[in-house]
Amino acid sequence: MDVRMTVNGQPRRVAVEARDSLADALRDGLGLTGTNLACEHGVCGSCTVSVDGEAVRSCLVLALQCEGSEVRTVEGLADGDRLSPLQEAFSAEHGLQCGFCTPGFLTLLQQALDDDPFLDRDEQKLTELLASNLCRCTGYVGIRRAVVRAARAGRGEPPAAD
Amino acid sequence: MKLPPISYRRAGSADEAVALLAESGDDAAVLAGGQSLLLELRYGDVRRGVLVDLAGAADLAGLAVADGELRLGALVRHAAVERLELDDPLARLLRRAAAYVAHPPIRARGTFAGSLAWAHPAAEWCALARALDARMTVRGPAGEREVAAEDWFRGPHRTQRAPDEVLTAVTLPLLGAGAGVGFAELRRTSGSFALAAAGCAVHVAAGRVTRARIGLANAAGVPVRAAEAEAALVGSDGSPDAVRAAADAAAAAADPASEPHCSAEYRRHALGVLTARALTEALGEAA
Repeated sequence: MDVRMTVNGQPRRVAVEARDSLADALRDGLGLTGTNLACEHGVCGSCTVSVDGEAVRSCLVLALQCEGSEVRTVEGLADGDRLSPLQEAFSAEHGLQCGFCTPGFLTLLQQALDDDPFLDRDEQKLTELLASNLCRCTGYVGIRRAVVRAARAGRGEPPAAD
Repeated sequence: MKLPPISYRRAGSADEAVALLAESGDDAAVLAGGQSLLLELRYGDVRRGVLVDLAGAADLAGLAVADGELRLGALVRHAAVERLELDDPLARLLRRAAAYVAHPPIRARGTFAGSLAWAHPAAEWCALARALDARMTVRGPAGEREVAAEDWFRGPHRTQRAPDEVLTAVTLPLLGAGAGVGFAELRRTSGSFALAAAGCAVHVAAGRVTRARIGLANAAGVPVRAAEAEAALVGSDGSPDAVRAAADAAAAAADPASEPHCSAEYRRHALGVLTARALTEALGEAA
């Protein structure tokens, strides 16, 4: 059967089985392999994407549950070859090392910044949000700095002085 | 790791969901947020061939206050409870507990009522439902019925809901102005299940505790209402000694399980400490 979704702004129709997760549909059906699957039970956050304006685990959502939904994956962040401010900030602040968790963090944090451009001013809230996803390389320090940098850039403020 | 083969049915209303369940018999599961169901299907711990999705049932989406009660429809998500604005201390207690439910992306999809239907012994919502005398509304082929929280839980992942019934709503009585509330939880990491948790609501008048409600998560195979602890506190001045006595009674009421990271003895001790913390928080804000 088919599921119709708007993926990164484009209307798409994907043939799926009922048991396919949204991640399966994105990766296997649409070739959007930027969304990584790792634990496949909601713990690690590698597969995070936005569905209708909320960051969710695409391994714990069936593709068929997304009929008519707006989906944004990591492929939807950059403008052609131009990285988004959040992606630039991840690069500038070394917010990644191996990079496997990065698509999940980028989609999680882009949604959070869309919802709250002042996210960086509530350190506790940011900590709780970052704890949603697992990164085993960075110790989260670079990722946290990247969010702060991106939030400041989004407000037209210069990067924070060290 | 694929999910096993399933068929997916989307219900447009609660009645349609009941009809779809009746068609599929014991092979059907109700899908709301799916944040527990889908992963248990992956593990193979739950085996079902048919998922009946409630997402299209607009009559299950509401969250409303009427006649001194808060009614949460089956589709109300954890995130909505986390943001609940309501002129009653109940909202404060629910918001505090919501912050302990998994992490934000799970809270965006998982539902409050789904937690009550899933009946995990560690669930924050189940402990609070027990503490606050929630009522579960279930609808099946024979019509609708209400089940009190004290009767609802039959064991880990076992409730009074029959396989052909849908949990359509959970109703919680408002606490009333002046109530103090507290919630405390122990878990290994942010986002982990509770090793133990305690939630409470207290009323104080003229320097005496007039009412106390205490619920414990992971204190047994079902959520525990710490009635002895409540009795120990009511009538007292709410002093640290009274809190300690209530906490000891709560720990004594627990029948905790042992697991590699949390022996029964440790869990019982933790339940006492968490009860004391939750009560201290609640007594500090009770008018």
